[in-house]
Amino acid sequence: MPVGAASWSFTEDDFGAITHSLQRFLHECNARCCLLVDRTGQLVATVGEQPKFDPTAFATLTAADFSANDQLARLIGETDFNSLFHQGEKESMYLADVARRVILVVIFDNRTTLGLVRLKMKHTVDELSKLIEQVFQRGAASGPGFLAGADDEIDKLFQ
Amino acid sequence: MSMINYASREINCKIVYYGSGLGGKTTNLEHVYGKVSPDTRGKLISLATETERTLFFDFLPVDLGTIRGFKTRFHLYTVPGQVYYNASRKLILKGVDGIVFVADSQIERMEANQEAMQNLYDNMAEYGYDLTKMPFVIQYNKRDLPNAAPVRELQTALNPGWEVVDAAKHRVTPDPWHAGENLVEKLSSGEWIERAPYFEAVAVSGEGVFDTLKAVSKLVLKSLA
Repeated sequence: MPVGAASWSFTEDDFGAITHSLQRFLHECNARCCLLVDRTGQLVATVGEQPKFDPTAFATLTAADFSANDQLARLIGETDFNSLFHQGEKESMYLADVARRVILVVIFDNRTTLGLVRLKMKHTVDELSKLIEQVFQRGAASGPGFLAGADDEIDKLFQ
Repeated sequence: MSMINYASREINCKIVYYGSGLGGKTTNLEHVYGKVSPDTRGKLISLATETERTLFFDFLPVDLGTIRGFKTRFHLYTVPGQVYYNASRKLILKGVDGIVFVADSQIERMEANQEAMQNLYDNMAEYGYDLTKMPFVIQYNKRDLPNAAPVRELQTALNPGWEVVDAAKHRVTPDPWHAGENLVEKLSSGEWIERAPYFEAVAVSGEGVFDTLKAVSKLVLKSLA
């Protein structure tokens, strides 16, 4: 597809596998919730306590945070920072890169510790990396055409 | 990079408003935010300086309707226009599906517009994206100002057209938004060129804002067809 960025898609099965992995992780580390966000700022999944904030805005800011930190990493001679930690008085966030495609964000409070979150996250990141790689490989192979034949419907939407 | 979510039945696309500083990119988003029903839009996020200049980006998610049972969600972003914010400007372009170039019509801003357009081409090329092959529209903003340059001059400076190499596309394509004008045509020199669709606007009053948004969104969805 010779345009800008390629598109990617995930099925209900992908979503089920991602959610399952994240639920197990949350249970193991006792965090409040986690979100999976793609590198362009689109929310892929939310698991755990439903956040009280706007998850769409949160996803966008997460991707921007990660992108800005990647550039900071380069300035000091690193290729990237594969994880970030933001500490608050009551709530903290830990963000980790997954396969250079998506970002896993974990929000936790004083019911757990950073050490436990980090420890349990490593396995989850490996597991998610495999899942996400499969999703992206399939997306590239299937190519464009998701809305093939929907030209009339698109025209009607903008009348 | 559009994302198709079969689980929540959503298509998510990213549109970036690009252009020189103080051209009206944020004003475009503010108008959309003010006019669209709160049920179909999210929060307007602005990462701005104390003087309301965009520091990193503005962001507004809007739903534009349903196609084939999928909700179409567009994420609208602006970039900071000032020259020295190029690092953050480039970050916002990552994964973009459609571009709106907001040009300031004032004759004094011609050079700044051209510089921003060149910067857009350069930044896109660094990501390996070809601007001429993706949804791209130009908005000539501030048409109400007395010092606005004629559209013909703006077109010559900012939208002269790119060469159409593919012979299969060598056919005159009328501009659906401007009677008597063409998007693809043959010049007297024999060369075939294509121009980006353009729109005149006065973003502060909202004139042309939705025409621009609809056009780029439609092009983005058609690129998935």
